[in-house]
Amino acid sequence: MAKVFIPSLMQELTDGQTQLDIQGSTVREIIKELEQSYPGVKDRLMDGFKLKGNINVAVDGEVSPIGVLAKVQENSEVHFLPALGGG
Amino acid sequence: MTTTYEPNKVLSNKEFKVVGTRPVRPDGADKVTGRAQYGADLQLTGLLYGKTLRSPHAHANIKSIDFKKALALEGVKAVVSAKDFPETKDTANYGLGDSPMNYFRGNILADKKVLYKGQAIAAVAASSVHVAEAALSLIDVKYEVLDAVLTAPEGMAKDAPILHDDLFTKEFEKQTKVNSNIAEHFQHKMGDIDEGFAGADVIVERTFDTATVHQGYIEPHNVTALWNDDDRIHVWTSTQGAFTVRAAVSEALAVPVSKIKVTPMEIGGGFGGKINVYEDPAAALLSKKAGHKPVKMVMTRAEVFEGTGPTPGSHMTVKMGATNEGKIVAAQANLAMEAGAYPGSPVGAGAMCVFTAYDIANVTIDGYDVVVNKPKTAAYRAPGAPNAAFAAEQVIDEIAEKLNIDPLELRLQNAAKEGTRRADGPIHPRIGCVEVLEAMKEHHHYQSPLTPAKNGGKVGRGVGIGFWFNIGMQSACNISVNNDGTVNLVEGSTDIGGSRASIAMHAAEVLGISYEDVKPQVADTDSVGYTAITGGSRTTFATGWAAYEAANDVKAQLIDRAATIWGVDPDSVEMEEGVLRSKTDTELNMSFKDLSAQLNDTGGPIVGRGAVDPSGIGGSFCGQIVDVEVDPETGKTDILRFTVVQDAGKAIHPSYVEGQMQGGSVQGIGWALNEEYYYSEDGRMNNPTFLDYRMPTSLDLPMIDTVIVEVANPGHPYGVRGVGEANIVSPQAAVANAIKSAVGARMEKMPMNPAAIMEQLWS
Amino acid sequence: MPATKVHVTTTINGEPVEFLAEPRQSLLEVLRDVVQLTGSKEGCNDGNCGACTVNMDGRIVDSCLVLGVEAEGADIQTVEGIASADGLHPIQQAFLENAALQCGICTPGFLVSSKALLEKEPNPSEERIRMWLAGNLCRCTGYDKIVKAVMAAAKEMAS
Ligand code: FES
Ligand code: FES
Repeated sequence: MAKVFIPSLMQELTDGQTQLDIQGSTVREIIKELEQSYPGVKDRLMDGFKLKGNINVAVDGEVSPIGVLAKVQENSEVHFLPALGGG
Repeated sequence: MTTTYEPNKVLSNKEFKVVGTRPVRPDGADKVTGRAQYGADLQLTGLLYGKTLRSPHAHANIKSIDFKKALALEGVKAVVSAKDFPETKDTANYGLGDSPMNYFRGNILADKKVLYKGQAIAAVAASSVHVAEAALSLIDVKYEVLDAVLTAPEGMAKDAPILHDDLFTKEFEKQTKVNSNIAEHFQHKMGDIDEGFAGADVIVERTFDTATVHQGYIEPHNVTALWNDDDRIHVWTSTQGAFTVRAAVSEALAVPVSKIKVTPMEIGGGFGGKINVYEDPAAALLSKKAGHKPVKMVMTRAEVFEGTGPTPGSHMTVKMGATNEGKIVAAQANLAMEAGAYPGSPVGAGAMCVFTAYDIANVTIDGYDVVVNKPKTAAYRAPGAPNAAFAAEQVIDEIAEKLNIDPLELRLQNAAKEGTRRADGPIHPRIGCVEVLEAMKEHHHYQSPLTPAKNGGKVGRGVGIGFWFNIGMQSACNISVNNDGTVNLVEGSTDIGGSRASIAMHAAEVLGISYEDVKPQVADTDSVGYTAITGGSRTTFATGWAAYEAANDVKAQLIDRAATIWGVDPDSVEMEEGVLRSKTDTELNMSFKDLSAQLNDTGGPIVGRGAVDPSGIGGSFCGQIVDVEVDPETGKTDILRFTVVQDAGKAIHPSYVEGQMQGGSVQGIGWALNEEYYYSEDGRMNNPTFLDYRMPTSLDLPMIDTVIVEVANPGHPYGVRGVGEANIVSPQAAVANAIKSAVGARMEKMPMNPAAIMEQLWS
Repeated sequence: MPATKVHVTTTINGEPVEFLAEPRQSLLEVLRDVVQLTGSKEGCNDGNCGACTVNMDGRIVDSCLVLGVEAEGADIQTVEGIASADGLHPIQQAFLENAALQCGICTPGFLVSSKALLEKEPNPSEERIRMWLAGNLCRCTGYDKIVKAVMAAAKEMAS
């Protein structure tokens, strides 16, 4: 199962849990799975089929260029981060 | 004093032929003869000239706009305002995240409200610039002036005037019902901050304020747009991203991208400030309304200061605790940054970088994005990170002082390594933080005594280290083989500092041919695949990678072709150092040059393609050692000696890497000592000229010594990490620490100009 | 009303040139828009960046601060006049080899200024070069490589 880190300001949706072990082979599946146990997570992170424009997901420390389509391995870490740009 | 370059500290052990050499750039001859075509140099038949009317107020409602007199002036061909935007969707995205359409368009041409002095309201096209300027003064705008909010703390105050009645604070994307100037609040949390501080023997907490500064590129923004009679739009402009401009024009005008072609002209500096799109959509609208005539718009320097950039002022509190042995056990930051008129300050990036150089178990970081009545901020080289480092790197310095530990030693003791968890969550991959700190410590600058004073002032030394994560994103490249054994390379990254050379070097290395045999060219948006901005230190990394892919594609096709000619299995053929040969039959060999001459008789042309959106991004660390002299009577500070050390992963073209390190450091010095938007109470910038907004000149500086550290990035074929930004992160803090060591004043405000230093000395 | 244009006779890069200029037009504007020599750049239009530097009768001037009509009878050299039929001038070559430009927008001004310095003082010190070039802003390079390029050109020209 992947280790999903819940952003501190989103922990209100996960009963204060900071980390959850979630089954899923892509970020999309992970979010779907999270939504099952913690309703509201999907709306917070996604807009239709995509991550919200101002949110990034990092799998094993790498911000995914393909958003929720990113593959997740058995022991992956998943982080949701504010999106950033550079100069 | 002239010092020679330090030999590079090379840790990557691959051997290269072309990578790592210092050839002359392909656009060099054009740029030293005045032939290079920058945006403002463009001349087209039937050209008209556009000028923008800008708000004289920092915050006001627009009651009415009357163009009658302006339109009556001889030579005036068209006027446009926000009314000319067509109906469209609610959200705009031009490759850099979503923003509400009214905010995006509002920064191009304001609709009912102006939110900063200098905000564009309307534009005029006329037969000459002088006529267009005269017409501006004939446009009658009625305003209802409102109170202005100029800093993050003012904006966050309970009774602050509100900029947007539709802006409600988001808490990590949770929409609250609070209508305020705080667009967003987010938090990173790791460990237990209270427990951490409880275990600390020394705790330092300070609050810092930094002023708004500008990127300061020498070339003003410019655009020429033609809305052709067939409804196709052609835009020639100075930009960091031609595809970004295409998308922005498309979003603003509700015209499909297929009808828009953007030709990126040579660009006279950007540093992040030429990612945002300003006058381009208005120029296109003017062109249409003026009867499909091309319209050229070039900003004045004052327009550049008041209407573009800047990077935010900030208000930050940083608290850190360490044990007597020098282990940092807790760190807390509260970062509030000015977004300018519309949400989107770089506070997220600042938060990501603030403690990233260190391995700290207990961290809390809060970030606030606050709208104020200043121009909408644009990226500026590692946006957000220099502000944060100005705070954190001074607090660390003070801890070192309190514990009586050498400041580099303290940093080394706590340095982040591969496997260290960052406060925002992810774990560091292979990074060069330790290697950079070690190179600083060993450097003869750090080993030698303080540089003697030149003018009888007090001297001091300071250090700092900064991090920038760098980005990847999409790049495309095509390579076609010429029949004389050279190749043409077409890519989409506008070249601001020699990237054509470093990208071409990737291809030359793969093909085993000389750098001179690769002819790179930056193409328009109709001629190359989607390529994201030249920014985020991504160009050599990602577009270089696309060139690497394209060259490998060419190589595979060359091998196939040689195999066909020889009638052997392609698997038995290899290409090394520009020669194709059979692995089994030594008789069968042929140079790339010989093969290229036969292409048209053996199956036709060979074209390789590379299209990437790479992961494997390598963040870069960069540190500075600086000796300053401070005049204790006046507070004037001189830089006596300066050394910058950066991890490049692999320096493809070391001279251009050094150039980035020197340029970024010197921008940091200007930011540290002089640069600032100086505001009147009602929100007018009092110094929108290069005379009063004082950037460093050659006379203000010594040589900037460089050490390139190369801790290869395992995520890139040649080990590249981006180098454009990390170098601006900590010079400000290093200068502050040097001032402290010289005169004992801990600088909580930036710029650290003579007045600020004297204030601190007297307090 | 557009003012009446003035006829001006001048020499630019060794060639006799005649043009018509409005009295309010700067020499920079005339060079770029009337004579079509766009090598001189506009960074500020108020004499503070040096991107528009030209050599006028042996003196370095910011062409944005000179009126076009003042060019009457003058001998002007712009960046376009630095290279010769034999190729690049040593100062141009030195800028390329020393990577003294990044974006290159400041380069025309630096080349015109540095060439004038080396013509007056063939072997300037680092201090002297920094002093001489203080009117030319470069935001990209931090000046290090520019100063080194001028020193390299001095050496090359002496040999
Ligand atoms: S344009 Fe003339 S000095 Fe800047
Ligand atoms: S090279 Fe860009 S301003 Fe000098």
